[in-house]
Amino acid sequence: MSADLIALSARDAAEQIRHGRISADELFAAYRERAAADAAKGEDGLNAYTWVADVTPSAPAASDAAPLAGVPLAVKDLFCTEGVPSQSGSKILAGYRPPYNATVVDKLASAGTTLLGKTNQDEFAMGSSNENSAFGAVRNPWDASRVPGGSSGGSAAAVAAGLAPWALGTDTGGSIRQPAALCGIVGLKPTYGSVSRYGMIAFASSLDQAGPFARDVTDTALLYRHMVGRDGRDSTSLQHPDEIALPKGVDLKGIRLGVPEELIGEGVESGVREAFNQTLALAEQLGATVETTHLPHAPHALSAYYLIAPAEASSNLARFDGVRYGLRADADDLLSMYTRTRAEGFGPEVKRRIMLGTYALSSGYYDAYYGRAQKVRTKIAEDFRSAFDSFDFIVTPSAPTVAFKLGEKTADPLEMYLQDFCTIPMSLAGIPAISIPNGLSDGLPVGFQIAGPAFSENRLLDAAYVLEQALGFDGSKVRA
Amino acid sequence: MSDGSGYEPVIGLEIHVQLKTNTKMFCGCELSFGDPPNVHTCPVCLGLPGALPVVNARAIHYALMVGMALGCELAPRSIFHRKNYFYPDLPKGYQISQYDIPICSGGRLGDVRIHRAHLEEDAAKLVHVGASGRIHGADASVVDYNRGGTPLVEIVTEPDVRSAAQAREWLTLLRETLRQLGVSDVNMEEGSLRCDANVSIRPVGSDVLGTKTELKNMNSFRYLERGVEAEIARQIALVQSGEEVVQETLHYDPVSGSISSLRSKEEAHDYRYFPEPDLVPVVLTETMIEGARAELPELPAARAERYESALGLSADSARLLAFRPELGAYFEAALAVDGESPQVLANWISGELVARIGDEDPAASKVTPAAIAQLVALVRGRAVTQGAAKTVLDRLVADGGEPQAIVDAEGLGAIGGGDELTEVVKRALESDPAAVEKLKGGNMKAIGPIVGFVMRETKGRADGGEVTRLVREQLGL
Repeated sequence: MSADLIALSARDAAEQIRHGRISADELFAAYRERAAADAAKGEDGLNAYTWVADVTPSAPAASDAAPLAGVPLAVKDLFCTEGVPSQSGSKILAGYRPPYNATVVDKLASAGTTLLGKTNQDEFAMGSSNENSAFGAVRNPWDASRVPGGSSGGSAAAVAAGLAPWALGTDTGGSIRQPAALCGIVGLKPTYGSVSRYGMIAFASSLDQAGPFARDVTDTALLYRHMVGRDGRDSTSLQHPDEIALPKGVDLKGIRLGVPEELIGEGVESGVREAFNQTLALAEQLGATVETTHLPHAPHALSAYYLIAPAEASSNLARFDGVRYGLRADADDLLSMYTRTRAEGFGPEVKRRIMLGTYALSSGYYDAYYGRAQKVRTKIAEDFRSAFDSFDFIVTPSAPTVAFKLGEKTADPLEMYLQDFCTIPMSLAGIPAISIPNGLSDGLPVGFQIAGPAFSENRLLDAAYVLEQALGFDGSKVRA
Repeated sequence: MSDGSGYEPVIGLEIHVQLKTNTKMFCGCELSFGDPPNVHTCPVCLGLPGALPVVNARAIHYALMVGMALGCELAPRSIFHRKNYFYPDLPKGYQISQYDIPICSGGRLGDVRIHRAHLEEDAAKLVHVGASGRIHGADASVVDYNRGGTPLVEIVTEPDVRSAAQAREWLTLLRETLRQLGVSDVNMEEGSLRCDANVSIRPVGSDVLGTKTELKNMNSFRYLERGVEAEIARQIALVQSGEEVVQETLHYDPVSGSISSLRSKEEAHDYRYFPEPDLVPVVLTETMIEGARAELPELPAARAERYESALGLSADSARLLAFRPELGAYFEAALAVDGESPQVLANWISGELVARIGDEDPAASKVTPAAIAQLVALVRGRAVTQGAAKTVLDRLVADGGEPQAIVDAEGLGAIGGGDELTEVVKRALESDPAAVEKLKGGNMKAIGPIVGFVMRETKGRADGGEVTRLVREQLGL
């Protein structure tokens, strides 16, 4: 019975609860049992969760206003959840329980979801392997010796392993799409501004965007539908012009796919390239046209990103000073308290980026670094705009490799940064992009990324759905 | 300023004005003064993880009013920046302020040009426990975040001020302007108006700017004047002894009058300004601009100018009335009753009436604008002497009423040039032959006792000029 419950898609589970065929409590208990069992194993398990609910939260009765009633939800650690640890993967926030909920957490609670747990992540969302968490690395459910990707590695691993029906993640340069790809699930990085950032512990404000993880495109659309909306508490949020629909496409007739030469170069490993090419062939069979195109400034995206994101982070993380909350180191004077607190509280990757960002913003270097990076960002957005004059979507591999071994890239930050080579340009342009699993390479999942113009999520989800149906990827064995 | 030193001070002011909005600059917490600590706080103004700022529309509105009052150019699209530094009174580790595109730039108030005026948020309040009262050497420091996030307009002048007295006088004009705009309590003691001064000196006649120091913590008009004076003197003494002025931030201690260094140029912060990514640019609409313009009152400088040019008041009278809006309003109400002699009316209000009622709003006194206008008319028509009119005003302040009625009831009407006064003068001359001799000898000072006699006899109702005329007439002088 429990296995049957876990096998249900989130939308089917919602439907069955609404019709009284299953109870919200038994569904929650089934997931909690699995999540808690894994959490109990600590770093010997997947270590996907940093906190699992110990009582079943009360859910509203299923209704049109609460159509997701009783469906459990896993939430990335960096979303503030009232009274529940929200640590952003950092020692500096160990045990921190916020007094308020992130807007998106509130919205999903109103829609009826129940908070199952908080998921592990790279510290302050800085990382591509989930090895930068103060609460231990997360393992990939397809191969426990490998990473799940990052920074939303806990959410991706939990969904892939059937420890949650779906989950919230955030994507700053690829933190949803890359772990979705490495774990064989679907992940959407929405249009910047379509989901409120209020209550998301910030990494890089102009890039951070919350998005859904799910086993398939339809659940992804359903979760996203309940996340969007202008929020008076987030000045950068925007009303999505469309109501988010569940995907219904049957083919790709008339759809023009552009393949940017700059993003499918040498860095893409052969198995990933092979899967990518097969998917392109499949898209053509479904009626799409596929052509090579160019995003001339995309090769500079990684450099621009590693100035802009650390610059914003260096400022966003200044509030972790030991004065009001979180870790405070003992010291005799203010300056020592600051430096010791931050020295003890932050991990090495976070410190590296704070230093990078501080340098990029410093007087005399601003124009050469931050200012210049913003200009590159504008150029990249223009590249996409002109590409969308000729193409409906831009497609690339989601990540240049499949899941790599734990520890394999930790010694070389630049090698690690290249994991986001295909996803960062879309983040800088603020446009939506989805990753769907499009096959296996050496038994490990590969991801296919589809990017569209701002607010094109409905069309994007339709196209992803058509491909998903044709691809027939089966991730059920890791949920067994 | 020619004080003989051969140096001229060059002074620019930076003024922080707390806006009187209902809520803070970037969150919905109420503004307060004097409430228990940390009751007006929320995730945003405490800088909790994940919280985001939202700009207070009312603060923008007030900033536009300030900009208009100072004749500034209003930026069609201004942006907020983050000013990064660590301090416990700054919960986010950065202050949201404006940097290269402030909402207001350029402008002028009185004889001082305005460089810019921008919006920002106030810091929280640090309280140091222990003997020193300052962070260094304190046993402990605690933070009250009630004030944190209060909207501020920072006004920066050009270096147009040339003396400590001018700095004080100009700040008075600015305070009155802001008070009449209704955008701030402008109370220096409570910190809703704060002033720093950038001071340098240069040889008289030079147009090169010297090295400047920034003088902080002058929390009253008196301290501003004293602090700037002390700093000018310190700089002149330094230069005259062959030393150089060092660029630094200075703390003025009003109690001891001493100036101490807070930090040198080398210790100056690199604030790492960059555009605040959590906010969108402030884009002005016609509605916002018209809304601010509609609420602009007539401001002190403009009102004083009108009193001078249209009513012919002296510059001093015009300022006295214009810088206190309630006095100006009262003056204009009286003027509507009797507009014949504006300067005399102004003198009676800003002189005699204010001497009797002090800082009280004259509209709240028992003296109606019509009453004072009538009183001035009676004096002008010589129906009442100056002296008797002051007695009438005493009655009006005490009990109210009509001047004419008081004059009639108390017999205060002036004795004109008729037989009655001629008779009194005659008696006065007869009573003091010695004085008459002196007067005849050309010593007009001897008229004093004669006039005194007449005034005693008439209980002050005689006009001094008329008495003199009659004395000359009767003595054939």
